[in-house]
Amino acid sequence: MHSLGFRVNALLTLGVTVLALMCVMASLSDNLSVPSPSANVQVLNFNWFQKQSEGNEEVSLTFKISADLQSMFTWNTKQVFVFLAAEYETPKNSLNQVSLWDGIIPSKEHAKFSIHTTNKYRFVDQGSNLRGKEFNLTMHWHVMPKTGKMFADKIVMTGYRMPKEYR
Amino acid sequence: MDWQGQKLAEQLMQILLLAFAVVAFATGYISGSFQMMVLIYAGGVVLTTLVTVPNWPFFNRHPLKWLDPSEADKHPKPQEAVSAKKKPAKK
Repeated sequence: MHSLGFRVNALLTLGVTVLALMCVMASLSDNLSVPSPSANVQVLNFNWFQKQSEGNEEVSLTFKISADLQSMFTWNTKQVFVFLAAEYETPKNSLNQVSLWDGIIPSKEHAKFSIHTTNKYRFVDQGSNLRGKEFNLTMHWHVMPKTGKMFADKIVMTGYRMPKEYR
Repeated sequence: MDWQGQKLAEQLMQILLLAFAVVAFATGYISGSFQMMVLIYAGGVVLTTLVTVPNWPFFNRHPLKWLDPSEADKHPKPQEAVSAKKKPAKK
């Protein structure tokens, strides 16, 4: 500690190391809180259901999403990315997942919401398997922290069915 | 800075930074604000810099006692016997 430069170097190194330790502790403190999210999706209408010229079916639907993700937010949360996917099985693929809608929740106040919308992204099948098909709507979310590891989870809502005929 | 002052500076630096880190983390966690933690810690780093980096007088309370220059003349440096060694090697 015999010169100014030496002291500045020691202070900066120790300062950054302690800051890194604080960030690790902040990230670990996230494990203390247990989230309890809830979500519900109501399909209001199948707007149209057609087979395109390439042979793939496309459907457009209007739905109402209501969710309460407030318990996911801690002091170390930057934002939550949430998306709704339709999941179903076909003879060709054991699992098809089609993302219908997504959004970014920037803070706790916005985490309790109810959205009435058509699908943001097109729902197109590989082939023509959708008539009368049963499908699940799964809400996935990714919690992005200010420091630390991002984690993802989901809620599966079952019991939705496609119309039997084109319209 | 003298030796005691350097030791004091190092101890002060470590204690201050750790203390501010603990206070910052506790305040941030309890108030639920990450920004509060970072701001308190940044303030702590600035304060520690002001206390430990400049050469304050209280770091120099046990100054080193350097010998008077006249003492050096009384005890001359020992001369190496270079000329005595070289002659046997040349043979």
